[in-house]
Amino acid sequence: MATSLTPPSQGKKSGLKPAGTLYRGREGMWSWVMHRISGVLIFFFLFVHVLDTATVRVSPEVYDAVINQYKNPVMGLGEAGLVGAVVFHALNGVRIILVDFWHKGTQHQRKLFWGVVVVWFALMVPFLVRHLTNVFTH
Amino acid sequence: MSAPEQTPGGSYAPALETPRSPYKRSRSTRPNWELHGWLFMRMSGLALIVLVFGHLFINLVQGEGIHQVDWGFVAGKWSSPFWQTWDLLMLWLAQLHGTNGVRTVINDYAERDATRFWLKMALYLATVIVLVVGTLVIFTFDPCADPTRNFDFCSAA
Repeated sequence: MATSLTPPSQGKKSGLKPAGTLYRGREGMWSWVMHRISGVLIFFFLFVHVLDTATVRVSPEVYDAVINQYKNPVMGLGEAGLVGAVVFHALNGVRIILVDFWHKGTQHQRKLFWGVVVVWFALMVPFLVRHLTNVFTH
Repeated sequence: MSAPEQTPGGSYAPALETPRSPYKRSRSTRPNWELHGWLFMRMSGLALIVLVFGHLFINLVQGEGIHQVDWGFVAGKWSSPFWQTWDLLMLWLAQLHGTNGVRTVINDYAERDATRFWLKMALYLATVIVLVVGTLVIFTFDPCADPTRNFDFCSAA
């Protein structure tokens, strides 16, 4: 069996390179990639966040010490990124629901992606102004 | 895998149906977990938009934002059954939604059977820990436990 699987030596002498096999799916693919990355990021934060919140049961001092770690500027930027991931995941989730349930969803999935981008900016700009002001001018 | 032997008198299904015999769809009796999971992701996702956006607005946007969050802030919120219910719903829906999402990612990228199995066991263990610890914290937290902080709602009881 194994010998029959050896590929024939075609293409070597003809000078043809094999065509790229990387799937380039434009908006549909990139929204899927970003949905995965943001989802996994949020998952790991949720794990940490439940455990840090659990320290309220240890003592007020311990909880305040832990939660104060979230208030320095570096973590403040991290929170901005986290909220950006949450907002994208939420908006693209609505896009996925529309693609699945709306009869014109697949037809308009690219426009829906750009709609996600526009609404993301519309929500993130006021949030970032508010949050970064809180973080850096306290 | 050996082909079934054709024994005379045995219950042997013929490979060829007679023409125009009605098509019999074999109906699965198993619960359709992947369908339920697919639907759960969409339903919980919609609920989480309200729950998480509300959580972010109350804790990060209004008031002093991140700087207002301390033990007293949490105590004030969880003295109300409204926020206890809110956070409990958010905890369970987010954790189950996230677990199913990461399960999909593991199934997609972990190619070896043993790797896939152990990654998912670690995932389910983390899920149980988060759900048990989170639920216990929400229900056993006593904001009046610290006598140095006299909240109004503590003296009333």
